[in-house]
Amino acid sequence: MARIRTTVDGLVYEDDVEPRMLLVQYLRERLGKTGTVIGCDTSNCGACTVHLDGMSVKSCSVLAVQANGAEVLTIEGLERDGQLHPVQQAFHDNHALQCGYCTPGMIMQSIDLLGDNPDPTEHEVREGIEGNLCRCTGYQNIVRAVQDAASKMKPGAAPTAEAGAKQTVAGGGA
Amino acid sequence: MIPAQFDYVRPTTVEEALQALRDGGDDAKLLAGGQSLLPVLRLRMADPSLIIDLGGIPELRGVREDGNEVVVGAMTSHHDVTRDDILRQHVALIQEATKTVADPQVRHRGTLGGALAHADPAGDLAAPALALEAKFVIAGADGTRTVAAADFFEDYFSTAIGEAELLTEIRFPKYTGWGARYEKFNRVAQAWSIVAVAATIKVDGGTISDARIGLTNMAGVPVRATAVESALVGQSATEDNVRKAAQAAAEGTSPTADADAGTDYREHLARVLTGRAVLAAAG
Repeated sequence: MARIRTTVDGLVYEDDVEPRMLLVQYLRERLGKTGTVIGCDTSNCGACTVHLDGMSVKSCSVLAVQANGAEVLTIEGLERDGQLHPVQQAFHDNHALQCGYCTPGMIMQSIDLLGDNPDPTEHEVREGIEGNLCRCTGYQNIVRAVQDAASKMKPGAAPTAEAGAKQTVAGGGA
Repeated sequence: MIPAQFDYVRPTTVEEALQALRDGGDDAKLLAGGQSLLPVLRLRMADPSLIIDLGGIPELRGVREDGNEVVVGAMTSHHDVTRDDILRQHVALIQEATKTVADPQVRHRGTLGGALAHADPAGDLAAPALALEAKFVIAGADGTRTVAAADFFEDYFSTAIGEAELLTEIRFPKYTGWGARYEKFNRVAQAWSIVAVAATIKVDGGTISDARIGLTNMAGVPVRATAVESALVGQSATEDNVRKAAQAAAEGTSPTADADAGTDYREHLARVLTGRAVLAAAG
């Protein structure tokens, strides 16, 4: 067993874990954060994407012990005071999901992308989410949602969206 | 699937890591970024008794200049390689190839040294390292030794790194002012290369004065397209000249046949992609 201390969605957790425990298992089975899902189990699909110290990672390809001392942000830590994060809201507004299984990872990766590139072209969005597979939508509305979120998160956009965006960046966005 | 049980240590210096390797014996495995090792462990294709995590050793990270060379710490992430100004200026080819590795999440975790030590023939960084004539610094019980790229890659997933050794840095000669292009062919986004070509070209007044070309996945190890390199030198960088020289790209290769491509098709891809890569690098 190894002792780890990790900040997840703003709260500090201390736990003994087996070294072989994957970060995604720790989040789901130990902390009950089932918003982060396991998709392919082969590091391809990106459904389990979370932010580790501000960088998107596939939490099935990180050991829980490797998150010792780190900050983790999951899909469950995005909402602020009952308000969805602008990227969550944009996925809702643009019908950017059908079955919804890829959505937590898509949203976490989209936030990472927008932290890096606040105004991506369609091509840049597609490149930015190339590690996230969706088997329902054909990606059309996902790309629209990311661009919609980008426009709403720009400085000078609606005050609520802007405030939400700033808080999220501070909470571990790229 | 989850990995089989193992013990875990996280040393903070290279010395401690080497000691852990010696103590761990045959069954110890080094963990760099984990983007190849963790899937392998999850699929139970390996079950080491000890994992030595190199993530806590600051001296293994970062990019610096050292005279005529650029030195990259083995644990420098792909993400950091793609953003580095020194590499952009002096070793653009490794940066171009690294941008195509997997996807953003994997590039955040995966490392240059880890990918090179893993030596997957379809991996994207071995061919540019070979073309760039990189040197590999390997630490062991008796200090460090330096291995040329041409001697580093020994076979499929097999390198010159010994059992009680670890790769600490990769040293690239400077190619300041050379054009660079990594031309990769795969079926879907984030998939492994079926074939890829790494080319860096020096052009003086419209004439190609020097060329380095490496091929990905055209054998169990990366291959230099030396016949193309010599055919290009002294030629003006026209499409016609480049395409003609690229016809020699598959010489001396021994590609495998698999579900993605047969050997003939891989040879065809090597020629086509070499033409594209050289034209883009010279352009």
